[in-house]
Amino acid sequence: MHELSIVMSIIDIAKQQADQACAAVIDEIELDIGTMSGIEMDSFEFAWKQAVKGSVLEQAARKINLIEAKARCLDCDAVFSIQHYFDPCPVCGEHLLDILNGKELKVKSLVVS
Amino acid sequence: MCATCGCDSGGNTAIHHLGEHEHTHGGHSHDHGHSHATTKTIVDVEQDVLHQNNLLAQRNRGYFDAKNILALNLVSSPGSGKTSLLERTLKDLKGELEFAVIEGDQQTTNDADRIHATGTKVTQINTGKGCHLDAHMVLHALQGMKPRDNSVLFIENVGNLVCPAMFDLGENERVVIISVTEGDDKPLKYPDMFHSSTLCIVNKIDLLPYVPFDMEKVKANAKKVNPGLEIIEVSCTSGEGLSVWYNWLKSKVAVPELI
Repeated sequence: MHELSIVMSIIDIAKQQADQACAAVIDEIELDIGTMSGIEMDSFEFAWKQAVKGSVLEQAARKINLIEAKARCLDCDAVFSIQHYFDPCPVCGEHLLDILNGKELKVKSLVVS
Repeated sequence: MCATCGCDSGGNTAIHHLGEHEHTHGGHSHDHGHSHATTKTIVDVEQDVLHQNNLLAQRNRGYFDAKNILALNLVSSPGSGKTSLLERTLKDLKGELEFAVIEGDQQTTNDADRIHATGTKVTQINTGKGCHLDAHMVLHALQGMKPRDNSVLFIENVGNLVCPAMFDLGENERVVIISVTEGDDKPLKYPDMFHSSTLCIVNKIDLLPYVPFDMEKVKANAKKVNPGLEIIEVSCTSGEGLSVWYNWLKSKVAVPELI
C-alpha cells in the first residue's frame, strides 16, 4: 500500500507549489501516471479519498493522464506497447527491452486561485 | 516529508541505535504567513512525485561514495531468510570485511538483536504502519550509526515484495531474495522488484527435494523480467553456494582509489 505514501507526496508538492504561488485555493491538479509506474489505480483511489481530507487538495478537481507503456527491443529496434516487464518483443521474441514510456509518476500542473 | 513513509504525518518512524540512546524522529510543522492572489493561475509543476525521496537517496549515495561504503538494499517477502543470510554472512566474513546493518521492520528490534549478537554495528528502523523504507529514514539511521569508511552496509528492507521497489535508498546494489518454499513464478507475480534488482539470491536450496520448485523455471522467469539479473543459489543451513555469494560481495567492494 505504498500508494498512500505517493498521495502524501503529491499533497506535499501541491502545498509547496501553492504556497510559492501565493494561492488561496487549488482548483485543479493534473497528474501523469504511467501504466508501469508501480501504481495500482484502485489503491490509489482509495488512498486519495482518505488522504486529501483536510488537505490543500480536498476541493481540487483531479485530472490523471494515464500514459501507456512503450518499449524498444534492444535486439531488433522494434517499438511496441507493453503491459508487463516480462512481455517479449512481438517481432523477435527477445526480452531485452528499453522502457521508453510508462514509468511516469509526476505532478504536471496546478490551477490555483 | 516524513509523510513519505506512509505512516501518520506526525512521523511514527522510530530509529533504535542498538547499544546507544534511542532517537525518535518527530514531525515537522510549516509556517504559512503571506497574502493570497485571487485570479486563477496555471502553475506548471512538472515534478516527479518521488523527487524528494530521490534527492535524499542521491544524498545518501554521495555519503556512501565519499566513505567508500558498499550499500546493499536487501528486499524479499517476509520469511525468505534475509536475516539468516545476514547472520551467516556476518559470521563467515568476520575479519575479512567490515560490516554495518540497518534493519527495517514494522515493529520490534528482534532482527537487530540477532545482528547485534554477531557483534556487528546495527540500527533498527521501525516503520510503524509503513510498508517500506525510504531514503529519509535511511538518512537518519546513518546520522546515528556512522558506518566506518570502506565498510559494507546491509540495509534489510521491510519484508514486502511490492512497495520497497519504488523507493531508492541510495544503495549501490539491490539484492532480491526468494526461497524455494515460495513459488517459482514469483518473478512474474512481483516484476517491479525483480526488474529493479541487480542480484537475485535463491535461498533454502537444501529444501529442494521436498518442494515442487523448478529452479530452471524461476531463472527463466526472472530473466524474462530482467535479462541482466544475476542469480545465486544458496542454503544458509547447509552452507551450499554461500562461497559464490561471498565472492560476489568481495568483487563489489571497491578498492579505495589512491590519489
